[in-house]
Amino acid sequence: MKNQILNFIAICLLGAVGFGTQSCKPKDAGSAVSGDAAAKVYVAPGKKDEFYNIVSGGFNGQMSVYGLPSGRLFRIVPVFSVFPENGYGYSEETKPMLNTSHGFVPWDDLHHIALSQTKGEHDGRWAFGNANNTPRIGRVDMKTFRTTEIIEIPNSGGNHSSPFITENSEYVVASSRFSVPVGETDVPISSFKKNFKGYISFIKADKEGEMDIAFQLKMPGVSFDLARAGKGKSHGWFFFSCYNTEQANTLLEVNASQKDKDFILAVNWKKAEEYLKQGKAQKVKARYAHNVYSEKTHTATSTIKEDVMVIDPKECPDIVYFMPCPKSPHGCDTDPTGEYIVGSGKLAAVIPVFSFTKIQKAIAEKTFDGDFDGIPILKYDAVLHGEVQKPGLGPLHTEFDGKGSAYTSFFVSSEIVKWDIASLKVLDRAPTYYSVGHLCVPGGPTTKPHGKYAIAYNKITKDRYLPTGPELTQSAQLYDISGDKMKLLLDFPTVGEPHYAEAIPASLIAPNSVKIYKIEENTNPFVTKGEGQSRIERKGNQVHVYMTSIRSHFTPDNIEGVKLGDEVYFHITNLEQDWDVPHGFAVRGATNAEILIMPGETQTLKWKPDAVGVVPMYCTDFCSALHQEMQGYVRVSPANSNIPLKWGTGDKAPKDASIGLK
Amino acid sequence: MKRLSLLIFSALLFGISCGDGAAERKKEQPFDLAKVEQQPEVHGTEIKDVTLTNPLDKAMITSGKGIFDLKCAACHKLTDEKLVGPGWKGVTKKRQPVWIMNMITNVDMMLEKDPEAQKLLEQCLVRMPNQNITEKEARDIVEFMRQNDGEK
Repeated sequence: MKNQILNFIAICLLGAVGFGTQSCKPKDAGSAVSGDAAAKVYVAPGKKDEFYNIVSGGFNGQMSVYGLPSGRLFRIVPVFSVFPENGYGYSEETKPMLNTSHGFVPWDDLHHIALSQTKGEHDGRWAFGNANNTPRIGRVDMKTFRTTEIIEIPNSGGNHSSPFITENSEYVVASSRFSVPVGETDVPISSFKKNFKGYISFIKADKEGEMDIAFQLKMPGVSFDLARAGKGKSHGWFFFSCYNTEQANTLLEVNASQKDKDFILAVNWKKAEEYLKQGKAQKVKARYAHNVYSEKTHTATSTIKEDVMVIDPKECPDIVYFMPCPKSPHGCDTDPTGEYIVGSGKLAAVIPVFSFTKIQKAIAEKTFDGDFDGIPILKYDAVLHGEVQKPGLGPLHTEFDGKGSAYTSFFVSSEIVKWDIASLKVLDRAPTYYSVGHLCVPGGPTTKPHGKYAIAYNKITKDRYLPTGPELTQSAQLYDISGDKMKLLLDFPTVGEPHYAEAIPASLIAPNSVKIYKIEENTNPFVTKGEGQSRIERKGNQVHVYMTSIRSHFTPDNIEGVKLGDEVYFHITNLEQDWDVPHGFAVRGATNAEILIMPGETQTLKWKPDAVGVVPMYCTDFCSALHQEMQGYVRVSPANSNIPLKWGTGDKAPKDASIGLK
Repeated sequence: MKRLSLLIFSALLFGISCGDGAAERKKEQPFDLAKVEQQPEVHGTEIKDVTLTNPLDKAMITSGKGIFDLKCAACHKLTDEKLVGPGWKGVTKKRQPVWIMNMITNVDMMLEKDPEAQKLLEQCLVRMPNQNITEKEARDIVEFMRQNDGEK
């Protein structure tokens, strides 16, 4: 028996060493965890986590916020999807955030996070996320953990290669996973090669409320997958992975996997800026929305923009170069020094690492290997630093620890592989459960990674958690990477489907977290500054209720004179000025949602009564010992009724004279 | 079998050379939670000394009334009638100005230490909220209360 166990271990080791892939999984997954794992992730009650982990929610359209190392979920921040839990996309103030050129879009698919940077390091100001389906980029303010800005991307179809960021947050990018016909758009799908183009947008992002598409690059019809900005010595450049260079328009699974090599695109965006300044860009008609939420008016506004500047690299040379990269590359990651660019071909047997110095030399010496639709292709060997041999199966994405090591996720062989950037030698491998997609190392994409942990965001959980029917929980796994060997510490479930995530030290965010909105600074046009100003105004069939909330009553809480056919707007101002005292509001039969109103804020719920009667309303967020008493009524009378508008709370509540006489 | 053992042995050796992550973590500066609490908030410091002057200061009264309308009137009446909290009529006769001001700006301390404040919580059952009022603003409110109590 003992021999059998020894043989099993030895075969596993042989497998791992000899074949270079993780070919044996321990039967008992628990055995992969070392003895002190629990102590390393235990954050005692009342203690705080060391890192925030800002995680994309995938098809839930949100960002979620976890603590590390505990894996505890703190918050879901709605970005591109409505969120009935707090009224995002339902309150009158937030509806414009989800406006697009298609009108109100209540859902999207958020894949990647980009935390803002200054001088290549995290600065804790903003988190950006991309909408994959109806192309957009959203900005979340890390002081309030709220979405404050969304810009739509024209000439795009599937904003996957986004929102990667430059080292001073000059730009976030948005490049299209689908090439689309632009201009004459009613064309046969099979005319892909002729009519379809792939657009890359550079969006100014360094000023709050002023996101703006600086320019778009009109590229050949390929699919852009992921991207990274250059940094340090390669600042001024951007790198994009491209697949479907076959330019297939059907059965891409087969038809876009024909070539041995696709491309990584190197973009000299500083040069593109020069062309823009010289007036070489063309102003092109486009329709896209720009939505901004103000923390002073507590209201979003949506503006439709009508044109965009487009640069055609065929007319503006020396901006873009293709680099051959095996095979259908996904990840395209620059190391902390900015010298190395790592391509991760989903179907490739090696990981190619490109050298920025060599790229510059090849460009200077025109070491080209032909062109692709007029764009020069740099010779593979001339720009290659080297290849990591037999790293595993299905490399997807690479993060860095700042100590010279890279960590690449492998979807097919379900593992994280640690390798040395300089020598390209594999140093360690750790299994994931199962089929890891993106990885995150705190600060991984910056010039100064914080290291310490790697988090795997897995695509399959299968037998890892209690089953919940056909649909199982999504999951992440936390690894300690502070030593030579990676150690699995923790599985933690995630909401939505996690794609890319970033982690940042709590010390860069927590001290700036807003506690309340100062009511003195509230400039919502429907604010009620004090109970004395609470009132109801009728404008035709619109009834505007200026209502206040404080522990624990609404003013007014008795309302009469509303008629069938009216549209009632409850403009509720939370008069509280204390941290963690939101009030909620819901009214029976409202066909939208509740709203949560933070201290000092005003939010509006629209309600169209559908029947005569007395309708209850109440506070939905437990606010005090007398929270259950925080309730009221609205009397709805027939359309032709002559009951006047009356309102109040307590001794000011409307009274019927005939009852008073009894 | 010998070859297998050798493999295992080298694997063990390699395993022993693993770095100690926990030790490394200890060396790093822990995240200073105190910084989170140091945000500019206007409450939380005990007011120990207040000087009242006569005649009453008109500008302070106006300011105090404005704050009352915005932040206090939802729960306090200017008569002696209790709404959510006690009515204000007579409060300057019953309480010291420092007591009133600490109740406004430093309510957590008062509810923890002051027996009179605790008695009020038992009666009202809703904690006096922190309304983000500065010491200067609290003093203006006291001036407004003095006027409400008939002082000149």
